[in-house]
Amino acid sequence: MTETPLDAAEIHRIAALAHLALTDDEVQLFGRQLNDIIEYVRQVQAAPTEGVAPMSHVGGGDAHERADVARPTLDKRAALDNAPDAAPEAGFFKVPRVIG
Amino acid sequence: MNERRGHVEVARDAVARGERTAESITRAALDAIARQEPSLAAFTAVSAEQALTQAAAVDAARARGAALGPLAGVPVAVKDNICTKGVPTTAGSKILAGFVPPYNATVIERLAAAGAVIVGKTNCDEFAMGSSTENSAFGPTANPWSLAHAPGGSSGGSAATVAARAVPASLGSDTGGSIRQPAAFCGIVGLKPTYGRVSRYGLLAYASSLDQIGPFTTTAEDAAIVLDVIAGRDPHDATSADQPAPVVDAATTRDMQGLRIGVPRAFIEGVDAAVERAFAAALDAWRALGATIVDIALPNVSLAIPVYYLIATAEASSNLARYDGVRYGYRATLSPQDTLRTMYERSRDEGFGAEVKRRIMLGTYVLSAGYYDAYYLKAQQVRAALRDSYAAALATVDLIATPTTPTPAFRLGEKVADPLQMYLADIFTVSANLVGLPAISLPCGMSPDRLPIGCQLTARMWDEATLVRAGAAYQAASDWHLMTPALAGA
Repeated sequence: MTETPLDAAEIHRIAALAHLALTDDEVQLFGRQLNDIIEYVRQVQAAPTEGVAPMSHVGGGDAHERADVARPTLDKRAALDNAPDAAPEAGFFKVPRVIG
Repeated sequence: MNERRGHVEVARDAVARGERTAESITRAALDAIARQEPSLAAFTAVSAEQALTQAAAVDAARARGAALGPLAGVPVAVKDNICTKGVPTTAGSKILAGFVPPYNATVIERLAAAGAVIVGKTNCDEFAMGSSTENSAFGPTANPWSLAHAPGGSSGGSAATVAARAVPASLGSDTGGSIRQPAAFCGIVGLKPTYGRVSRYGLLAYASSLDQIGPFTTTAEDAAIVLDVIAGRDPHDATSADQPAPVVDAATTRDMQGLRIGVPRAFIEGVDAAVERAFAAALDAWRALGATIVDIALPNVSLAIPVYYLIATAEASSNLARYDGVRYGYRATLSPQDTLRTMYERSRDEGFGAEVKRRIMLGTYVLSAGYYDAYYLKAQQVRAALRDSYAAALATVDLIATPTTPTPAFRLGEKVADPLQMYLADIFTVSANLVGLPAISLPCGMSPDRLPIGCQLTARMWDEATLVRAGAAYQAASDWHLMTPALAGA
């Protein structure tokens, strides 16, 4: 845990982890706003929680598991219909060149 | 007493008795929407043709004497973060502009099977992140009671169109209050079911451990009718459960004999004066109906907002990783030398709005190495402590009452520049999501400048029946839900 506010370098580090190419204005704006928000949410750290097991889920529906059986899923053509760039005949999504 | 019935009941019964056709009811809804849209901007898409086809199918079924479903001929609007096959679904985001789902959410299949007529998709804060519907790529929705005010959010379009009496019911989603808060701001009923009561299949995920779909209506009984249609176990959602239904039977008990309502006095101190008066009057009404009102303590409840914004943003940062410009939605314009990583980063930066980016950034930060224990894990521990606080309180009372919001609707533009101020508007609603409990907002008053005020009741897990019983009893003894904005008649 650090008490140091988020500086521009830290904002860039988080943005890279989140796959966001922030503009310079956004780095400045989010830096200020996120510092305010983190300052506020930091109050949870003062709560006494020794021995309390963390809770990730309310577990209301007691997590049904299904049988491990293959079932029909979305048709390939329908799955490609919404792609910004696809080769429907070949059955592929297209992305920028990844290798050499 | 007919005029006191909810609009769902009235429409359904008129169709069942042959007094009106589903088509005429649907045309009236479509006309009202068309008339109000220039003022409200509640819809992102109106599916008139599909709606009239569904209505015609209901009329044909009735003509041949087939059994009609519980919502046969009832027009319903659906929040735009719920997938509708063949109808654009954007969640108020540019990153999903043009996305047409190849499948229906389970709630849509269930509405259709019940004979409901889906008239269109409603505006919302982008990916349900917001409390005013101003974070929509399509622009804000207005509050039908005052066009200069926010309808609340994130399900603002769904609340506004029911409040304006264009449709009898709509669906919203509630992750931290996104059904109950706009219901309060617009003067209607909003019900957030128990986590797991309604399938989330086809709901564009924001925070999966908190998200739940629920209805907006004008009466508690109507909310129960819609809930009974959409609830129940669904093989497509492992967290959905089969729990005792129907809930609607509880609406016929018109008293509160034997019920205890707990009020966390310290927690609600300092709310707006008109809200305080309306809330006190609602408690008096329940007392007069036979309820016992007692003070309760809810340890850790003051930490609910920080816990919520740590957990919800952490889950959002993971859920929204799927929007990468590959399989659907927006992709940035690239030059030939751009890499795959550049495509991801620019598509996301250009496709997401500011609030979504802020929450992704916060969530990424609290999950990142070195901060996980101090923020995310700690928030999960306080969440567990909060669950225990509610369990202890609900061992001594049947319901917990608070105002739904600390103030009536705020003005459009008032809070957009200060995200933290916007977050604080959720103070009374986020806890129910964190602990999974069902909660309802009921119209219970008007501010001096004629903006609606809502009262919230929270019940034990799976006990929507008691929410509906208390709501129906209150609405049999009060008239707030009968008041309509001038726009409704325009």
